[in-house]
Amino acid sequence: MDYRDEKLSEEKVFKDPVHRYVHVRDRVIWDLIGTSEFQRLRRIKQLGTSYLTFHGAEHSRFNHSLGVYEIVRRIIENFKDRPNWDDEERLLCLCAALLHDLGHGPFSHSFEKVFKLDHEDYTQKILLGDTEVNKILNQVEEGFPKKVADVINKTYTNKLVVSLISSQIDADRMDYLQRDAYFTGVSYGHFDMERILRVMRPMEDQVVVKESGMHAVEDYIMSRYQMYWQVYFHPVTRSAEVILSKILHRAKELYESGYTFKLKPTHFFSFFTGKPTLKEYLALDEAVTLYYFQTWMEEEDPVLSDLCDRFVNRRLFKYIEFNPNSQMNQWMELYKLFSKAGLNPDYYLVVDSSSDLPYDFYRPGEEEERLPIHLLQPSQELRELSRLSDIVEAISGKKRTDHKLYIPLDRLEEMSNRSKTKKRIMEILYG
Amino acid sequence: MLENHAKLMQFFSSTEEIVGRKKLQKMIYILKKCEVPFEERYQFHFYGPYSEELTLRIEEMCNLGFISEEREEKKNYYQYRYQITENGREFLKHYDMDLPPLHDHIREMNGRSSRFLELVSTMLFFEDLPREEITEKVYAVKSTQNYTEEDIQDGWNFIEKLRGIH
Repeated sequence: MDYRDEKLSEEKVFKDPVHRYVHVRDRVIWDLIGTSEFQRLRRIKQLGTSYLTFHGAEHSRFNHSLGVYEIVRRIIENFKDRPNWDDEERLLCLCAALLHDLGHGPFSHSFEKVFKLDHEDYTQKILLGDTEVNKILNQVEEGFPKKVADVINKTYTNKLVVSLISSQIDADRMDYLQRDAYFTGVSYGHFDMERILRVMRPMEDQVVVKESGMHAVEDYIMSRYQMYWQVYFHPVTRSAEVILSKILHRAKELYESGYTFKLKPTHFFSFFTGKPTLKEYLALDEAVTLYYFQTWMEEEDPVLSDLCDRFVNRRLFKYIEFNPNSQMNQWMELYKLFSKAGLNPDYYLVVDSSSDLPYDFYRPGEEEERLPIHLLQPSQELRELSRLSDIVEAISGKKRTDHKLYIPLDRLEEMSNRSKTKKRIMEILYG
Repeated sequence: MLENHAKLMQFFSSTEEIVGRKKLQKMIYILKKCEVPFEERYQFHFYGPYSEELTLRIEEMCNLGFISEEREEKKNYYQYRYQITENGREFLKHYDMDLPPLHDHIREMNGRSSRFLELVSTMLFFEDLPREEITEKVYAVKSTQNYTEEDIQDGWNFIEKLRGIH
């Protein structure tokens, strides 16, 4: 029997708090889960710094990847024998679902911003390079790793396959919304996924939802909206993210200036100097990163040691609402005042914007801007969701951006009450 | 602070208006590929390269009053028109931007259809491949747009022209 068709003698199941069970029958999937590149995802948290706000949010990209695989497996079960569905694509879909996040690094959002990296590039490198994953995919058929890479890169010819993994209503989002809600403990984020899966239909180049399933989709959109504000965009999590980015900036700056670290940051060298090789990239996970942060707490550099102490011991920056339009002059004054107060404003006065986050709302958008969610009407016509749903239309039009100013309030409070600088800073910040 | 927003505002200040979000998305991508240092991250989507980050930044700039957005009802969809505002110009004065002049690039791109810019940005997305493979890839991922060989050649000429501006 061909490797691609090989089945395990008994079905393996992973107990899962979101989907109850994740079922594996294909030998290829089982082998991929066992690779070191996939196992590494256990050491990358799904929600980065959110665990400093929601103490339950310690789940990993490993959990999420299995979840996405399971959702796609269920969708494909439902699609079997339906028009437009080619069951030859089954294994490709399952592999792409399982491996879609393979290139994520530690606290990937901040790392990618600071070091100008893209985890998607590393996903491609893992799939196509000299790796355990690549060897397994190659056994399926020649060119199979490239196919999986194309699906994940969204450049695969069959767009229906791509849309299962990546679209406005895909397995990736359906898993992370539910999983993140479960692990953070929030009550939003739940929706009737079983119902959505039942009313999904494969079309020539996209997955659509039967109009009768519109209310289940509305619930999904609401959940996305709530999770954005309540979890992903939580101001305390953003504070931790700000500090994390500043640690990385500071360490890089020190390295470039020839500073001698007490403990050589060997794992970071390639990140500081340019693009790390795949081997170097894979060697830096969150456990290693946190080890460095802990040791950097003892560094001579006061900025680096303070920022690391803040991150490790959760002494986060405080924030105020900030309007860059009306408060530009105040910001410039604060910048000077912070320097005067001995607080380097490049590290201790930080504006954070909603666009700094990797999450999005549902937007119907303009024609051919981005593929929206389509409802399939009984007449077989397709209509964009917000044209039929008042709820979705209402939340699509809301103002959804904000900016916050992050500051180390504890350091300001430590300053003498007689200090004019402190008085003026406090006046600007709190009126 | 907001350096990436300021770069985008510099873009808007270099033209009277931009009509259409799709066009805007493709223009910024093409400029990135012409070495203009915009930092918005792009992924390949159904209609070619698309940046969620850019969409959010534009929304932020509209909400801050730096850019005006006008929505026009078309037959089956809405179209959006963008212009920098006086507030936006004032904000921009605080920045000393190290961007090349963009007027000529923008004028060239404004003169072409969003369908053509979708083709050009798709070709640029695959530009690390050999030329023949890029053509194959365009036909494969853009089969519904029915691009012709002439369209693709026009795309190459256009890319060369844009890159030759500076």
